[in-house]
Amino acid sequence: MNFAVLQFPGSNCDQDCVHVLRTVLGHSAFLLWHKEKSIGDADAVLVPGGFSYGDYLRTGSIARFSPVMNAVKEFAAQGGHVLGICNGFQILCEAGLLPGALIRNRSLQFRCEHVYLKVANNDTPFTNQIPEDRVLRIPIAHGEGNYFCDEKTLETLETNGQILFQYVDRDGDLTDHANPNGSLKNIAGISNVEGNVAGMMPHPERASELVLNEDDGRLIFESLLYALNPGLTTA
Amino acid sequence: MPADPTITPEIITEHGLTTSEYDRIKEIIGRDPNFTELGIFSVMWSEHCSYKNTRLLLKNFPVKSPRVLVGAGEENAGILDIGDNLAISFKIESHNHPSAVEPFQGSATGVGGIIRDIFTMGARPVCAINSLRFGELSNSEVRRLFRGVVSGIAHYGNCFGIPTVAGEVYFDKSYEGNPLVNAFALGVLRHDQIARGAAKGVGNPVFYVGPATGRDGLAGAAFASQDLTEESAEQQRGAVQVGDPFMEKLCMEACLELLSTGAVAGIQDMGAAGLTCSTCETAARGGTGVEIDLAKVPQRSPGMTPYEILLSESQERMLIIVEKGREEEVKRIFDKWDLPWAEIGSVTDTGQMVVKNHGEVVADLPAAKLADEAPVYQREAKEPSYINEVGNFTLDAFEDQGDPQETLEKLLEWPSVASKNWVYRQYDHMVRANTMVNPGSDAAVIRIKADSVPGGGTGEDFPEKLIALAVDCNAVHVYLDPYEGSKAAVAECARNLACTGAVPIGTTDNLNFGNPHNPELFWQLRESVRGLAEGCVAFNAPVTGGNVSLYNQNPDGAIDPTPTIAMVGLVDQKEHVTTQWFKDEGDAIILLGDLVDSSDDLEGLGGSAYLQVIHGQKNGSPPACDLTTERTLGATLLGLIQSGLVKSAHDCAEGGFAVALAESCFSELHGRNTPCFLGADVNLSDSVDIRLDALLFGESRGRVIISCSDLDAVKVVERAKLMGVPSQRIGTVGGDQLKIKSSRGEHAWEIAVLHDLWWNSIGNAMA
Repeated sequence: MNFAVLQFPGSNCDQDCVHVLRTVLGHSAFLLWHKEKSIGDADAVLVPGGFSYGDYLRTGSIARFSPVMNAVKEFAAQGGHVLGICNGFQILCEAGLLPGALIRNRSLQFRCEHVYLKVANNDTPFTNQIPEDRVLRIPIAHGEGNYFCDEKTLETLETNGQILFQYVDRDGDLTDHANPNGSLKNIAGISNVEGNVAGMMPHPERASELVLNEDDGRLIFESLLYALNPGLTTA
Repeated sequence: MPADPTITPEIITEHGLTTSEYDRIKEIIGRDPNFTELGIFSVMWSEHCSYKNTRLLLKNFPVKSPRVLVGAGEENAGILDIGDNLAISFKIESHNHPSAVEPFQGSATGVGGIIRDIFTMGARPVCAINSLRFGELSNSEVRRLFRGVVSGIAHYGNCFGIPTVAGEVYFDKSYEGNPLVNAFALGVLRHDQIARGAAKGVGNPVFYVGPATGRDGLAGAAFASQDLTEESAEQQRGAVQVGDPFMEKLCMEACLELLSTGAVAGIQDMGAAGLTCSTCETAARGGTGVEIDLAKVPQRSPGMTPYEILLSESQERMLIIVEKGREEEVKRIFDKWDLPWAEIGSVTDTGQMVVKNHGEVVADLPAAKLADEAPVYQREAKEPSYINEVGNFTLDAFEDQGDPQETLEKLLEWPSVASKNWVYRQYDHMVRANTMVNPGSDAAVIRIKADSVPGGGTGEDFPEKLIALAVDCNAVHVYLDPYEGSKAAVAECARNLACTGAVPIGTTDNLNFGNPHNPELFWQLRESVRGLAEGCVAFNAPVTGGNVSLYNQNPDGAIDPTPTIAMVGLVDQKEHVTTQWFKDEGDAIILLGDLVDSSDDLEGLGGSAYLQVIHGQKNGSPPACDLTTERTLGATLLGLIQSGLVKSAHDCAEGGFAVALAESCFSELHGRNTPCFLGADVNLSDSVDIRLDALLFGESRGRVIISCSDLDAVKVVERAKLMGVPSQRIGTVGGDQLKIKSSRGEHAWEIAVLHDLWWNSIGNAMA
């Protein structure tokens, strides 16, 4: 498979995503500069983390105007798979590809730590390889990861199974203590109603190798690979 | 534009220059300088840029080894060979005074400045660490500074995308009003990618890239080179620069991309003393001259004088000397990254730094003399009277501990010993996906992979390297005995590296001291440098660069002398990476080194955390540091680790044996709010003739607590002894308590209780 990893001015997890896709999973991936108007021959798009445009004005609010985002919208409209991680999630929300918004952490501090995630829906292009009841351990690193939406949107998310990941404790229980940023319903990741566009605050690309003490994140990339081509085996 | 003031003795003094220095300037240029030229000399001859008070001392540092590719003082940062055509560039630098005045921007720009030094060398910055000192947290002003400094570092590093992987934080009254902020960065490059800050090639164009020049940070270098008073802090608020990590990230990517084209003849960042320093230093290194016109420099505010433009310390700016004929490549790349650029001059063969403004010459100075012929002073040194007093301190001054129960709790809760998670959880310490050992263990470990090098690569057959980093300085020990304390700072750093499985290869130092004109403070500096130099020789870890920050004092006196040492090491294989916490129930606990140094009258309690916390005294001679013993210990530990015998290793430092043992029982958090504990059952009842407080809380040097499987215990002890390292099995891992049996009784603590005190102490103080 061939992945386009978007590169905005200020993206800083772009190379990490390319590393995991290429070196860990053995697929091809290329950096796609934000001024490009086409996503080329990519099979899926990754919107990586970082501080696009320095987080000025509001996280993700300037990046959504980059030329490449029109191409991403078109790709998504045709059913193409798009995954936004951290700042990528914020950009997809600002671009209207995902509902809701990510606001300042309730601690008012940046947080970098490993968290536990429950998979709320195992039947999606981003979670299909994750065993039922498996609690994932993946790091977060953000100052604005507090997911918020209005009640009606939340209801839609729940009804449609659009909630992908929720912050839980090690035993898989959904507690306030386990919530690192104050997100509504402990939401860590969601998808659009069609299911082909997803965003998540935790960084699976930082937890895809045992040399970094964790490879739970790999399951998310493997799910996406399976969705793209069920016959495929990974490296 | 206002006319330049006439130079008067008052103006000369305000510029921090003495009468004899002014006479020397006249001698060099053969006339009176104009106002702009006076400003240029004042920043170039400040301590910050010229090391005029310390240059002679710094000559004592070892600076050579077969690994040194670029040595100390040659360029913006040193470079060491790490094999397979790869190299690392690293340096530490202070931003103390700016952080005292405006903690957020002060610390943020400290991080920005050191990152710039690294990518100026052609290296991709891959990790940062820092060393911080504040007053006591009970003071609300201290808390404001602490909060501001930490969020400033987080802001800059996180946004730039560099992981902050290790650090140290101490709290002591001597830093009240004068916090220390020492920031370190490390970058990676191939040997053929080393860039130089030299203006080579007569006729080559000189480019200015990065944001426009404003009035911010006017003469910050001169500000850093005087005593900090309340008045000066208020007056100098404008001397603090404002950082933009987003701009620096773009600037770094653009510079690395440009360097790969081969169109760059020389590159230099505009750090301290901005445009002035970068033009005259590049000309001096190139043996050339440089001529620029300030009218072409992008300017943020209207009506700036040549003096202001030259001395501004606006951030994220670079000076690039481009191979003639390849200007278009510069323009293409900087336009791609939406960065401002301007061609502002050219390289000449005159040896002069000529600055014009709209064609009119405003400064014309000999570049090499300006950069390299600053006056050098041998300051007077005199042993302070307190040294003799602390030497007379004996253990008769206080009773031994009856019950150590509360003492251990108090020590673990003491902010200088307590967990620094309130700090490092605000730093992104995992970006770039290389961090193998996160903050919280003795030293951090990162891997170097294909995308760590400028230009990247696919990584298939990249020779991965593992780098360990530690930063240390027990400044109380340095205060009580600058020579022994400084040797110990180096030894502790090396010991921390050994505990993670690394061999030290290089050192960078940040000398934070008081006013060098005070003979007693200069004596501290001189003795400290002597100790540091011996330490670096012993571990074969040459100094590749560093920073001197003098004048660290407030109205109440000087700070404790703080020679911060950051050391970098290499781990041979990933299997050797070792962390400090116990791993499995039933493992043997072994102590390498003697429980207490029997030659020390104070049994390791001089200058200890125990004396400070329990008895309220900063007193006594600190334990002596025997570098031969330390080196043998390090080599032995490393041998054991490389044989696959060691499951955990943690050195004894502040708080002594009991604190180190408790910390070994606290595993790294498995995840948010999810600590893991493994207790320990230790028997020290053979040590009958040692005071209980010295046994548990003494800080004798050269001790490491390791754990290994029960089956390997005898082998480990015997092998250590064979190498000449005292070694004994002292207990077993397991349970949920820390139990220590001494000849005076049995003591037990719940690990969960100790962990809670240790983990939450700083967070609670800041809540």
